[in-house]
Amino acid sequence: MEKWIVSPSPHLRQGDTTRKLMGDVIIALCPALAGSGFLFGPRALLVVLVTVASCVLSEYLCRRVMKRDNTIGDLSAVVTGILLAFNLPVGINLFMAAFGGVVAIVVVKQMFGGIGMNFVNPALTARIVLMSSFPTAMSTWSEPFYYVKGGADALTTASPLALMAQGEPLPSYTDLFLGVRAGCLGETCAVALLLGGAYLVARRVIKPVIPLCFIGTVAVLTLLLGQNPLEHILTGGLLLGAIFMATDYTTSPLTTKGRVVFGVGCGVITVLIRVFGALPEGVSFSIILMNILVPHIERLTRPKPFGEEGKRREKAGS
Amino acid sequence: MQGKVTLTFPKRPSRTHGGAGVPHRKNTAAMESTVMPPPEQVVIPMQQHIGAPCKPTVKAGDLVGVGQVIGDSEQYVSAPIHASVSGKVLKITQVQLPTGNRVDAVVIASDGEMRPYEKLCPPVVNNAKDLVRAARESGLVGLGGAGFPAHVKLNVPPEKRIDTLLINVAECEPYITADHREALENSWAVLSGVYAVKELLQIDRVLIAVEENKPDVIETLTKIAESDTRDPENHVRVLPLKARYPQGAEKVLVQACTGRKVPAGKLPADVGCLVMNVTSVAFLANYMKTGMPLVSKRLTIDGSAIAEPKNVIVPLGTSIHEVIEFCGGYREEPKKLLMGGPMMGLALADDSLPVLKQNNAVLAFAGRDACLPEPTACIRCGRCVESCPMHLMPTLLETWTKRKNAEELIKLGVMTCMECGTCAFRCPAGRPLVQAIRMGKAIVKGAKK
Repeated sequence: MEKWIVSPSPHLRQGDTTRKLMGDVIIALCPALAGSGFLFGPRALLVVLVTVASCVLSEYLCRRVMKRDNTIGDLSAVVTGILLAFNLPVGINLFMAAFGGVVAIVVVKQMFGGIGMNFVNPALTARIVLMSSFPTAMSTWSEPFYYVKGGADALTTASPLALMAQGEPLPSYTDLFLGVRAGCLGETCAVALLLGGAYLVARRVIKPVIPLCFIGTVAVLTLLLGQNPLEHILTGGLLLGAIFMATDYTTSPLTTKGRVVFGVGCGVITVLIRVFGALPEGVSFSIILMNILVPHIERLTRPKPFGEEGKRREKAGS
Repeated sequence: MQGKVTLTFPKRPSRTHGGAGVPHRKNTAAMESTVMPPPEQVVIPMQQHIGAPCKPTVKAGDLVGVGQVIGDSEQYVSAPIHASVSGKVLKITQVQLPTGNRVDAVVIASDGEMRPYEKLCPPVVNNAKDLVRAARESGLVGLGGAGFPAHVKLNVPPEKRIDTLLINVAECEPYITADHREALENSWAVLSGVYAVKELLQIDRVLIAVEENKPDVIETLTKIAESDTRDPENHVRVLPLKARYPQGAEKVLVQACTGRKVPAGKLPADVGCLVMNVTSVAFLANYMKTGMPLVSKRLTIDGSAIAEPKNVIVPLGTSIHEVIEFCGGYREEPKKLLMGGPMMGLALADDSLPVLKQNNAVLAFAGRDACLPEPTACIRCGRCVESCPMHLMPTLLETWTKRKNAEELIKLGVMTCMECGTCAFRCPAGRPLVQAIRMGKAIVKGAKK
């Protein structure tokens, strides 16, 4: 009788899929996407479009060439594309942006086996590759609303972290909170990023452990070092990094304890680079460095199987 | 009162790790159980428990009454098997159990009279030893699904002091309401079984653990437990538990009720607890009153392919097909048939199998409900790790199973897994984690030889 399906238990599933989770991440990125379109004009949306197209196309072709299942349906390449664009200045050459997408998907993700196998964050690694390949293009910031004020390359300005390093005054807290400052196109609007983060937590896509540890560590350390914690939190890519990049499933630890270590580590490295390093910004490097440490963090924070804790105590006691 | 230790009762359950909010789907909770008339013939396998199989003690042509022993074993870990209908033994044959084992089975043609075996009489039970003997003679096995012989569990070694009896009414699997109905329909038997076990084994306190999704059970049992004159000091209490799978798993239940953790590879008795399923304890009470051994079982028949879902009291050995016919047959072409709940139940290859002692549900699913998603790559979301009640890392267990690395599997505690399926239930990538872990256990067992 072959009419029955005989399969191992459990015979019931919660119903979440990778595609649904990635869809939720895309929804969570929408406020920031709208914010960047508003602050940096239609070109911001064009950059997003280019990186998303580049990522999805790279994934599709890569899987074809490697003769593996097509995985663009899981939407992870779309997420990578949006995050990559969020890490680029709005005036970036579109070919450079597309090249970033190829690096993220082909080199960082597919060459290591595709979704779930890459050991560093694809979007961030692509950003770093672009930064070292095209340093000028990657640090030419346009002022918010330049598109209503005049030509694209007419109004370039320094990012708040660069201002901070030079001891210049920063924009007001309200402006920082709303994102009216120079920076990568998706990182400036704090309120939109926080909104997205709240959505992810409410939908249980992520646990707030990593963002809280990351941001908390930055706040405490900058306070101890005599700097203004709020300015550090609201500038640079900290919120984008802590909420959307450090929480990437594949490149963060599986265990809660491990996530605490990971978040604190990201915070420490970020502050060290920002305060003592030569670069004004350290979020990308901190996350990548901690990504590399994930297997070790995981090994050291393995939970003890149920009932094994007692076993050890017994041995120690006898 | 003098010399008695003052016992404390938890006001609320202790925290347990992991688990998942599975859908309840207790469609049959409000339906009175119906008794199924005896089928024309029953096929009674000689192994309906964990332990040594029984040998048939009857032969073709023998006349048997309901409750007559038809199979027994000299091994300690085993339980005798009784005729579930009256009639004539047709033959001794072999059947394949859902686990894959082939065992002897006694086929009895029913005379339709359900005449009890004339030598049956209530056991004389005055002390713990009598209780253990009675439990063995009754053929009782753990009715929650594991099927561990009850007399072995009740025979607590003297060096292990049991202070807490836990009655398991968690019934955390979706669909199943057999224990729920038992607790409502036989609530007096539940309580008298509880007092008997408590007094004979000199246990100090009893906690009846019920998931919150059964408020009627909590109310009914609390009323009896509080009003009974036999327990003036109120040593029996009902403890409502959060409705969260797998609350009814023994180790999870012990922790939720007492805060104690059963060490790996040990039993609840090692932390002073005895866990009994509600149907088991009610059965013991009935057995002590009537002397009728375990010959029938209440089953929840449900699922999208069943015409009339209900709870049915079925003679053991009735074929599943006939039980489903009694429930109106299949509403539509079933695609999957389960013995047990959807989280831990076994998928059956056909419905001719007989009902066994430890069965508590038969579920049939049609179309979409029967199909599982195709697995995709693990995205390391960590949900399996968060939800494992045994603090394991299922995704790593899957990885090391693929690499056939016994050493790493042992380090990760693969043998602690109870295969509750919470990890696979939560997995967004649809990974067959439980299956991988079962293979991992086989690798470890193979490496130890």
